[in-house]
Amino acid sequence: MADYRWNWLIFFEKVATGGERYYQWLLAGLGWTVATSLLAWCLALILGLGIGIIRTTPLRWLALLGEIYVEIFRNIPLIVQMFLWFFVLPDLVPPVWGHWLKQEMPLPEFTTAVVSLAFFTAARIAEQVKAGLLALPPGQSQAALALGLTWPQAYRYVLLPVALRWIIPPLTSELMNIFKNSSVALTIGLLELTAVTRQINEYTFQSFEIFTLATVLYALLALMANRLMAWIEALTTLPGYGLGQGRE
Amino acid sequence: MNNFDFSVIWPSLPYLATGLRYTLTLTFVAFAGGLLGGLGLALARLSAWPWLRMPAALYVNLMRAIPLVLVIFWFYFLVPILGQWILQTPQPLRVGPDQTALISFTLFEMAYCGEIIRAGIQSVPRGQVAAAQALGLTYSQQMRYVVLPQAWRNMWPLLLTQAIVLFQDTSLVYVISGTDFLGAAAKIAQRDGRLLEMYSFTALIYFFISFSLSWQVKHWQHRSQT
Repeated sequence: MADYRWNWLIFFEKVATGGERYYQWLLAGLGWTVATSLLAWCLALILGLGIGIIRTTPLRWLALLGEIYVEIFRNIPLIVQMFLWFFVLPDLVPPVWGHWLKQEMPLPEFTTAVVSLAFFTAARIAEQVKAGLLALPPGQSQAALALGLTWPQAYRYVLLPVALRWIIPPLTSELMNIFKNSSVALTIGLLELTAVTRQINEYTFQSFEIFTLATVLYALLALMANRLMAWIEALTTLPGYGLGQGRE
Repeated sequence: MNNFDFSVIWPSLPYLATGLRYTLTLTFVAFAGGLLGGLGLALARLSAWPWLRMPAALYVNLMRAIPLVLVIFWFYFLVPILGQWILQTPQPLRVGPDQTALISFTLFEMAYCGEIIRAGIQSVPRGQVAAAQALGLTYSQQMRYVVLPQAWRNMWPLLLTQAIVLFQDTSLVYVISGTDFLGAAAKIAQRDGRLLEMYSFTALIYFFISFSLSWQVKHWQHRSQT
């Protein structure tokens, strides 16, 4: 520790094996982390919303299907899920598709990371959506149906607008989680932020500087996710629903 | 599907069992350490002294902001250097991935358990503390006899769920080539070229254990409420 040679300017030095500089690697890694997380987040929101909704419908078999999805994707570690998508799926599907997955799919690591993160996170979002919908007083859906709305209309115009606003805080932590979880994609070869951090560490051995910077970058991403969701929450608050008041 | 050959799993079962044993040990040790350390962190965060409260808050927030993979890497290189510094050895300490994992998972788990325990303590009505004070109990007596027993009732399901999450998270020691359950399976998968069978089997076992544990937690929770 005493003879560790600090060098905070390491990021501006040239990579030993090429013309690039280390900060360019970091920026590229940050870019992949953000792209993977945000794309997966959008897919997970759509999927999670759908599954959360069907888990609360009166159709038993549909609700059961939703439960099975959530149990499967919640009880297998994310890294194992990524391995299944990346290594196992191409051997399970018909050979023509398997060939496409192995040989022709564009950006295989990125695509796999997005898909597995989306399916994983959707299970957790579905859990929140279900909790939000079940927290509504039963009178809400009864009143909507009594007014002559169909079930889809009741969800669209009465139940979801309130339930979705309620679950913004847990969704915020899910958004922060997806940035962190995207680091697991380094195990299938995606050069995201943690992967380039490890790579630069192996090239330079300036471990303290490089790991500190990565920590700061992840903390900033978490902070931005947090602010973004707070902004959305403020933007969508309904007067008179006690949202944001007295729920602490 | 036609080349699915389960006979490749049989001969590797003993090796997989050692991996699973390590996974369970890691889960147990990190969770026990996380509970103890988390209790300390929670009490520090609720303390009246800022010099105790602020470092604890910084630690918890930082740990929760960064990915577990990065935490593992941090300690993977930090532990040998710190060991050298503390023990004053001439070379960086040689620490295997399995020992590093024990340290990093415990320190990581402390932050998460700490938050659950803090919320549990805060859920105890303030009147309880006031009454305990009025009875003349000391701080440690208030905690031991009044606050923590009530907080425990609120937080044990969350803590057990956290332990199941930890059980799944231990698979990330793969990134430092640790030989946990997934690590053992991956080593055999790569040696024999049977990724399909090994990873499907791994997923199945993880699912079976996590699912039955979480079902058990739900069952206990339901029973304790009725």
